[in-house]
Amino acid sequence: MGIEAKDFTLDVDLLAFSGIVFSPEQRASLQTSLILLKDQYKFKTIHLWGKILGITEDYFIIQGRQKDELKERQFLYSKDCINWNMLTPADDEAKELTLLCSGRFTGDPSHEFEVTKYSITNENTEEENVEENKSQLREEDRLAATLWKIEQDALIIPRGSYVLQPNGDVERNRTFEGLTVAESGKLPNYFHFREPIHLQQKSLIHRSALDKSLHFLDTIDEDIPKGWSVQYERGSGLVQIRSLKWLGMAFFHVPETNRFGSLYCGVGEENKDLPFMI
Amino acid sequence: MSTAQYQNYNGDQRQRIGTPDGGEMEKHFNDAKSYILSTTSKNGVNLYNHLVKCVSRLLTEQPRDSAVIFEDISKSTRSQEEKKEDEPNPEAEQILNEEQKPLFEKGENTDDLDEEALQSPLPHILEQAYYFEQAGIGLGRDETYQIWLALKQLVDKSQFEKLRFWGKILGTEKNYYVAEVEQNADDEVEEEEENEENNENEDGKDLDDDEEGEGDEDPLPKSTFKSPPTVPKEERGTGVNKYTYYVCNRPGAPWVRLPTITPAHISLARQIKVYFTGDLTREIKSYPAYPGTEKHYLRAQIARISATTQVSPNGRFKFSDEEEEEEEGGRTNYEDNEDFTGAPLSELTDEELNGWVHHVLHILPQGRTKWWNPKEGEEEEEQEEEEDEDAKAENEPQPEQGPPLLTPVGADADIHHTKAWTAKISSNLIPQYACAFIRSNLWPGAYAFARGMIWENIYIGCGHKYATSDYKPELPPLPATEYNDGPEILEADDPTAEDEEKARAAAEQPEEAEEEEEQEENEDEED
Repeated sequence: MGIEAKDFTLDVDLLAFSGIVFSPEQRASLQTSLILLKDQYKFKTIHLWGKILGITEDYFIIQGRQKDELKERQFLYSKDCINWNMLTPADDEAKELTLLCSGRFTGDPSHEFEVTKYSITNENTEEENVEENKSQLREEDRLAATLWKIEQDALIIPRGSYVLQPNGDVERNRTFEGLTVAESGKLPNYFHFREPIHLQQKSLIHRSALDKSLHFLDTIDEDIPKGWSVQYERGSGLVQIRSLKWLGMAFFHVPETNRFGSLYCGVGEENKDLPFMI
Repeated sequence: MSTAQYQNYNGDQRQRIGTPDGGEMEKHFNDAKSYILSTTSKNGVNLYNHLVKCVSRLLTEQPRDSAVIFEDISKSTRSQEEKKEDEPNPEAEQILNEEQKPLFEKGENTDDLDEEALQSPLPHILEQAYYFEQAGIGLGRDETYQIWLALKQLVDKSQFEKLRFWGKILGTEKNYYVAEVEQNADDEVEEEEENEENNENEDGKDLDDDEEGEGDEDPLPKSTFKSPPTVPKEERGTGVNKYTYYVCNRPGAPWVRLPTITPAHISLARQIKVYFTGDLTREIKSYPAYPGTEKHYLRAQIARISATTQVSPNGRFKFSDEEEEEEEGGRTNYEDNEDFTGAPLSELTDEELNGWVHHVLHILPQGRTKWWNPKEGEEEEEQEEEEDEDAKAENEPQPEQGPPLLTPVGADADIHHTKAWTAKISSNLIPQYACAFIRSNLWPGAYAFARGMIWENIYIGCGHKYATSDYKPELPPLPATEYNDGPEILEADDPTAEDEEKARAAAEQPEEAEEEEEQEENEDEED
């Protein structure tokens, strides 16, 4: 989801409770860059998405969106918040290899990772053999695939904040007034901001009772394993939701207001041990 | 007037005032209005009222793009009527206010601003937070100030020599704010803990005695299994337990002291990986079973993180020249270097990472910082006088060694071909006033900054190591070897009928021979 450019200065402080902080220099550069890039690429909205920590350098990520916010998203990255490059969306092969790739992001976009894929050939016969396939994965492609995966798994929005227009576009709901304090602590009130997967599997009867324009995405309480941590800060004045699957993904919402947003600030690797850790 | 005439012309029909067309329209209007008034939905909302509300809202609010968002307004108007008004939960906010109010109260002695009263081990957290913020690390200024007040509360209550904000550990339900404290030996509390442990040991011994008592009547086979001796924990004030840690869930909540830990806690903490929930008394369900609650696990992780990631600029501390050089475990004490004037930024951001050194002792695989020889403990119980020296030397476990204190960080082992630390400068654009900071790649969330004479460490994270491979829980131990089956314990088969015949036949012949001999002997004896 990110933090929209116009709310940037105020909202970025709200994520400090989860340990996400930007230095004054980065904030100033980001503020300028967001506005410049929005004009340059003609985005409808532009959001600060987060930061991926690499070994020598960090990647700052920005996401720009067109009218349909669910489908038309583009990423830009930079190492110093001043010079930005467009990130081409990842292809399927990159997505597959990224899941197998291990090791930190180095900070050099042209770095090649070596990924070995193991496949079993001639299964259940005498010649069963485990074959290694080594492939190269560019860091830039790995970055794109990682960002896509994080969005699939960990990007959330409050219920009612986006509407599905009759023409299929997904847009921000201008009459969204925020969840109540009680609602904001409950997981079913948040949706994954991605093409719905679980929704299609529910029965038609259940789906007919839903409000099609608001409830068109999966809720996050159906994730298996349950990897979300919900906490109130400042009494009930702020809700922080952190993902346990992608360490570093933090979402905030101020109940009874329209303010919400999320940022990712982490190493860019999934926590595969989540089932052991809960 | 013309209308009136027209009306009279068509006087047989009963019409209202107005033109016939107007009359028609009026009729349509009334029909429409009654239709609108009559339609009601399930909730008793009728279309008329709804339209009235929508239009009045549009007129009062006068939004732009009103035609476009008309559906939204309609929907929200409808949902507003249906929504029950929930009272905002007053409890959470009130509880927080009550907790935090004492933080803001001035103490009794704070009106005198003389030197003595102002001396306190409380560090200048806000200044450190400023430098951390330059590096993109931290907790936000409001929260930092609240933490500072909470630390002040802790300091005012008890006597500490040194106090530091260690960091924040994020949990699933609540978080931990950790303060590191160096205090003088607190005798009373130590005795309490020791007494608890002694009681446990005595219970164990009682059980043994009972078993031996029973053994007099019918000795059951005694197992010769001796569990490996438990590694004793390091005393408070030394080694792993050099510092004491206090935690709280929120600034304003009471500080809880974490207990000293045993090496077992640390070595088992290395084998499990569990998220912190924020509840100190929670039991940890894991394999191998963790000998403690979340309190101990938290303390163990804090110890591991401190040992691996607490660093200082090279030259800040030095070994005192007065100590003896040869000590078995290596030097364990360091002191401030008065000649230190601050390391230059170029050295701190050096690629070889030699500008930073560890100042906390490394924890050995055993779980302690100083090697404890398990054989020493055993010799007191068994008197092995006859053991050969050679055998002794073979059985003697190799002492575990770790890197000595004040080794540069650059010597840390690599993780998967990447360095274990990343050192950077905080600003690309204005290097004159930038600070250098270093962050650990092994424990994501551990940071340190330095600028001139000011430096500090902090940890903000989940409390887990960076995993290069998937977590594999430890497998259960191999079962003990079974007793080898030999003929002495095997049941012999009963002889079959044929076998018995044969045996009898074979036995009869020599028996006959024997009987004859016996008869002869008897005859001899009788004679």
